[in-house]
Amino acid sequence: MLKKTVLNAAHRAMKARMVDFGGWDMPVNYGSQIEEHHAVRRDCGMFDVSHMCPVDVVGKDVRPFLSRLVANDVAKLKASGKALYSCMLNEAGGVVDDLIIYFLTDERFRIVVNAGTADKDIAWMQARLADWKLDLTITPRRDLAMIAVQGPNARAKVWEALPSTRAASEPLKPFFAAECGDYFVARTGYTGEDGFEIMLPAAEAEQVWNALAAAGVAPCGLGARDTLRLEAGMNLYGQDMDENVSPLDAGLAWTVALDGDRDFVGKAALVKNGSKKQFLGLVLQDKGVLRAHQQVVTPLGDGEITSGSFAPSLQQSIALARLPLGVQIGDTVKVAIRDKQLDAKVVKPSFVRNGKALV
Amino acid sequence: MSNVPANLKYTQSHEWLRVEADGTVTVGITDHAQEALGDLVFVELPEVGAHFDAGKELAVVESVKAAADVYAPLSGTVTEVNPAAADAPESVNQDAYAAWLFKLKPDNAADVNGLLDAAAYQAAADHE
Repeated sequence: MLKKTVLNAAHRAMKARMVDFGGWDMPVNYGSQIEEHHAVRRDCGMFDVSHMCPVDVVGKDVRPFLSRLVANDVAKLKASGKALYSCMLNEAGGVVDDLIIYFLTDERFRIVVNAGTADKDIAWMQARLADWKLDLTITPRRDLAMIAVQGPNARAKVWEALPSTRAASEPLKPFFAAECGDYFVARTGYTGEDGFEIMLPAAEAEQVWNALAAAGVAPCGLGARDTLRLEAGMNLYGQDMDENVSPLDAGLAWTVALDGDRDFVGKAALVKNGSKKQFLGLVLQDKGVLRAHQQVVTPLGDGEITSGSFAPSLQQSIALARLPLGVQIGDTVKVAIRDKQLDAKVVKPSFVRNGKALV
Repeated sequence: MSNVPANLKYTQSHEWLRVEADGTVTVGITDHAQEALGDLVFVELPEVGAHFDAGKELAVVESVKAAADVYAPLSGTVTEVNPAAADAPESVNQDAYAAWLFKLKPDNAADVNGLLDAAAYQAAADHE
């Protein structure tokens, strides 16, 4: 039995093609994945991301708890509303999940975890809490829906459809959030475009979804979400990293705060193992499509594509890949696709931002 | 509901084919197949003159989402390919029965009789 978000009927009413996504019945597209992709890059699109789970962590020991729980350092969160992207690691330094932590007050943080890992993550947090005997509560917020509205015109469309959120959300800088009554509006996303991620009471989600559609926001499925995040060079949990992959081998060293005395789960393993691979982008020089698990052949040894697709904004195929140390940006490598070896150029793993091609 | 023209023959693996006056067969992928794959972005066609046994993969269609093999619906030799489909893969989404992929000269013309008719294909596709 697939799990459904509160917007399931709304997706079906909009003729979505539904797929099983990690146990959730979710829209993959509403007709054309490529048109939805372009809507986000050029105008504005919205995604139902209610399958992801907000988790409220509340109590006087929240800061010491999060400081030990995740690889990035919550001490960086000084201004209320600020968001921090981090990995939560196991003792071996593998990634239990990647998540966003919003700082609200010193005793109240909100964490958003991935859909497929939510149960595991919450159990992991509860177990660490029991080990460390700290004073706080961990509360999954399945009573909330989440809608991501993304694109150059996303904020204006949100204010048109939800005028009551404007006063709180207009001053927000990127990677900040504000509470607005029962609504939580964050200037974050997973597309490489400006926009908001809005958490709201589940009972109001369908009305808001339809109001956004009436304001001209294109409904977009998980297909477009994947090509948008790939072009933006953003990792996907379960594909680009998992419990057996170090963040240092998945291009996430920038999210790991190893400096100083602060200890966190997995730190010892990261310090001991260091980085064994580098995580870079590939742009296919021939016709074809790069896909996850294709082998990358370099003079320094083999690598592997972890995410690949056709990039609608670039009109060519791109990928994220784990490559041997020593491969340089600008090198040409070979990718094994069926019975051929095609040329691909190694690039920084960020292909498109704010509508502009970077490669 | 996808479109299944009555005048064509079909395979379980979602190819359509049309028997031409000169005895060759024109082959493409069905409307059901293009719809399931989503936006096509790459089409790889076989070499003219190559021979394939029935059921062998001879072309590839890739959407943003996935790659799918196209199989030889019967044993035969490739006589022609449609470069327009490779140049504009989206044409297969727009009209899967106009955007043919290749033509085969069957080893045995009677093999066509073993393929599905429209009703049988529709039933098979509905069953998926």
